[in-house]
Amino acid sequence: MEVAGEVLQSGSSQELHVLAVDDSYVDRKVIEKLLKISSCKVTAVESGARALQFLGLDGGKGSLGFNGLKVNLIMTDYSMPGMTGYELLKKIKRSSTFREIPVVIMSSENILTRIDSCLEEGAEEFLVKPVKLSDVKRLTKDCVTRGETEGKDGGRVDKRKLEDDNHTSSSSSIPSSPSTTTSFGCGLATSELPLSPMHSSKRAKLRDRD
Amino acid sequence: MERNPLRRQLQLMRKSLFDQGYLDEQFVQLEELQDDTNPNFVEEVVTLYYRDSARLVLNIEQALERKPYNFHKLDAYMHQFKGSSSSIGAKKVKAESTLFREYCKSGNGEGCMRCFQQLKKEYATLRKKLEAYFQVARQAGPMETACRPK
Repeated sequence: MEVAGEVLQSGSSQELHVLAVDDSYVDRKVIEKLLKISSCKVTAVESGARALQFLGLDGGKGSLGFNGLKVNLIMTDYSMPGMTGYELLKKIKRSSTFREIPVVIMSSENILTRIDSCLEEGAEEFLVKPVKLSDVKRLTKDCVTRGETEGKDGGRVDKRKLEDDNHTSSSSSIPSSPSTTTSFGCGLATSELPLSPMHSSKRAKLRDRD
Repeated sequence: MERNPLRRQLQLMRKSLFDQGYLDEQFVQLEELQDDTNPNFVEEVVTLYYRDSARLVLNIEQALERKPYNFHKLDAYMHQFKGSSSSIGAKKVKAESTLFREYCKSGNGEGCMRCFQQLKKEYATLRKKLEAYFQVARQAGPMETACRPK
């Protein structure tokens, strides 16, 4: 597992470091717990501005936050006062330093145009709240897998947008060749990755919740 | 069926909360996050919810005292309140929140007012029931696993 360790660069352990952004105190507490149970290090902040500050995108040090840990995943609420999760997403994806960090949007509102905008701006996934443990476990597992594959291949397929096919087609028709998209935008297609269910999960999630 | 009378009582209280529609699946999700390192996690989250949402309830109350109603603002407050309520699995409270937002969207001030009174009742009732539940939970000690209500 040295490969994963090198790629993730999260100190001596191979734990993912997740930056969680949510203006709700209750939701921060819950997401923090969900992530800790999924063996992640968590930094929870209450706003997009604080998130950018932590990342150093407001003129600071870079993706090594205050404690020197690289951020491997960002999970942000959509509706926040000041800067929305969407605006935060855009800023991250337009930064050459941070655009590769997967950003997941969480929202209590299941609005198709909102989801599409987020996915188009490069969000890895859009989760409908309340977020479940199974969602978090899956996300963080994929993040680790992505890290391992990057290590092996010595690089990744860089893509910002999901193919239109993946938006409109039904889950079963998504091909699994390495060059097509996956939820984590790096073209990795290890056989363990359930590509179809992941894509369908984006849409299916919207239907499952009330 | 639990042999221990306190645990049995706890199970019955819990079942009743679900059967009567006070709580939904999200509460179970929270219970599944509870473990030995954090045996009172659910109670902590619920306590945090009531502390945090008190401010929102007050804001809404004050906004409903100012006429004409600012439906946009009322809706924004309720959106936040609904979110937190949803995060702890407060089913009835969440339902009233949804209704309130619908009244806001249709500019129905009277509907908002009526709905809010009902919401406050549900909010207070749930609080009492959960307080009683957690009190027994603390006395009973940790349960094995969360039992699915259905």
